[in-house]
Amino acid sequence: MDVKGTWSSLYWLFCQFELITCSYLMEPWEKVLFYSFNLAMAGLLLYTAYVCVAFHVSSAFQLLGSFLGNQQENALSVVK
Amino acid sequence: INHIVHNGGLYKRPFNEAFEETPMLVAVLTYVGYGVLTLFGYLRDFMRQWKIEKCQNATEREEQKDFVPLYQDFENFYNRNLYMRIRDSWNRPVCSVPGAKVDMMERVSHDYNWTFTYTGRVIKDIINMGSYNYLGFAQNAGACQEAAAKVLSQYGAGVCSTRQEMGNLDKHEELEKLVARFLGVESAMTYGMGFATNSMNIPALVGKGCLILSDELNHASLVLGARLSGATIRIFKHNNMQSLEKLLKDAIVHGQPRTRRPWKKILILVEGIYSMEGSIVRLPEVIALKKKYKSYLYVDEAHSIGALGPGGRGVVEYFGLSPEDVDVMMGTFTKSFGAAGGYIGGKKELIDYLRTYSHSAAYATSMSPPVVEQIITSMKCIMGEDGTTVGEARVQQLAENTRYFRRRLKEMGFIIYGNEDSPVVPLMLYMPAKIGAFGREMLKRNIGVVVVGFPATPIIESRARFCLSAAHTKEMLDTALKEINEVGDLLQVKYSRRRLVPLLDRPFDETTYEETED
Repeated sequence: MDVKGTWSSLYWLFCQFELITCSYLMEPWEKVLFYSFNLAMAGLLLYTAYVCVAFHVSSAFQLLGSFLGNQQENALSVVK
Repeated sequence: INHIVHNGGLYKRPFNEAFEETPMLVAVLTYVGYGVLTLFGYLRDFMRQWKIEKCQNATEREEQKDFVPLYQDFENFYNRNLYMRIRDSWNRPVCSVPGAKVDMMERVSHDYNWTFTYTGRVIKDIINMGSYNYLGFAQNAGACQEAAAKVLSQYGAGVCSTRQEMGNLDKHEELEKLVARFLGVESAMTYGMGFATNSMNIPALVGKGCLILSDELNHASLVLGARLSGATIRIFKHNNMQSLEKLLKDAIVHGQPRTRRPWKKILILVEGIYSMEGSIVRLPEVIALKKKYKSYLYVDEAHSIGALGPGGRGVVEYFGLSPEDVDVMMGTFTKSFGAAGGYIGGKKELIDYLRTYSHSAAYATSMSPPVVEQIITSMKCIMGEDGTTVGEARVQQLAENTRYFRRRLKEMGFIIYGNEDSPVVPLMLYMPAKIGAFGREMLKRNIGVVVVGFPATPIIESRARFCLSAAHTKEMLDTALKEINEVGDLLQVKYSRRRLVPLLDRPFDETTYEETED
């Protein structure tokens, strides 16, 4: 039940992010702008990953499957 | 790291200097931070121009908007968009004597550092790690203060004249004889302002047709004096003797640029301790080069006088050299003596020439009498002539404090620049948000530090600079170190990768780009 510990370490990570990207120095409205831009970009990235990666992985498996299928057919024809 | 063997036995003690390289990830993240701030800076400038936001910085008047723009360059952009955000770490009003502990007036800003208001509260007993108080003579009680008060009641505060007219007091003569004895030179001359000593005397010493070889990281006063003189200026890499030798060889072989005549004078400008890096000049090698190529040497001992050497006599005593080898020994009384002003020491002919031809002697008001007395008393204390061993104890305490503080900070894992023996300790911060955060967090914990950013340092190498003092007790240093450790963990500034990187000691040529090698 270490919720407090995880919350404080997450807060600490957030502070490090603030320091590195200099949002520690920004006024509140600038922070809102910056974080919403960052979240929008992150959301777009995740969506692209979810859609495209799944599609590419499944099409790669299909291609592999077609090679194996061809091999089996070729082998059968040779045997015949 | 021990350079004794490599340099032909010039050094009598090990010369330990290290400038750890910036970690790649930290450099990239620093640029990211600056990039974000620049984008927001452009956004804010756009808003100010289109009147969406109130413009609080200096702009041209309405009638002048069609003229050549005044505030469009990078310096002004940096000033209004980056400096303003962290401005509360500087110009803090101090309301007590800047000793080991200091009082500051608390101030808040309600419009993000454009204006400040004082709450009226005074924060007491802040441990002072920022004042140049190396030997602890910034005191408002004690022998120096009593002597200065007596002289104040006898001579008053103002001199109302220049040195050459009616401002030459017997106190000034006494001080100059004492300074000459302290440094071990034939004669010395003192001036009311340390910056003016450099900028007004270098033009008197060199002129057109002379060559000045100046270190990369020289102070603004030396740069100003060199430019005002009209001589040709060539820069050598910081503390790099191979670079200096190459420049000297070129100067002797090729002479002046168009006419190929030999240079009238070659003057090498170096400093004793460089206050932004904490490095000490390689004086034995510079003197060997100077003698070989027959040039003159000007050493600015602003930070090293009183702070280095077993007797506090400066960088010449630290290396065990003779003061006669340095042609012009310049220094200031601001740092180790707790006063104000500067001096130049050297041969009698040189100083007599400066008494007549220096701009500062002819036009600047001479030093104020209580300040002169403060210097006389503190100098006698350091030399041991007041009958006590207080001066010697202070010099030793400063050396101990320096070694202890630097060792502890390195053990904690911070990147510390500079020489092991220099009382100026720069701690690297790199990222712009951490500059502001470090200053504020340390003030919350009652420690006053000086953080330094862009125009004074290269843009990614911002740092916090600690100046140690003989007035700091071990308890104060331990408290400060504990808080620095805490803040270092909080801000994640412990960047050191703890690899021992020896300094490059082979000849400098076109293929060596970095000073350190892996």
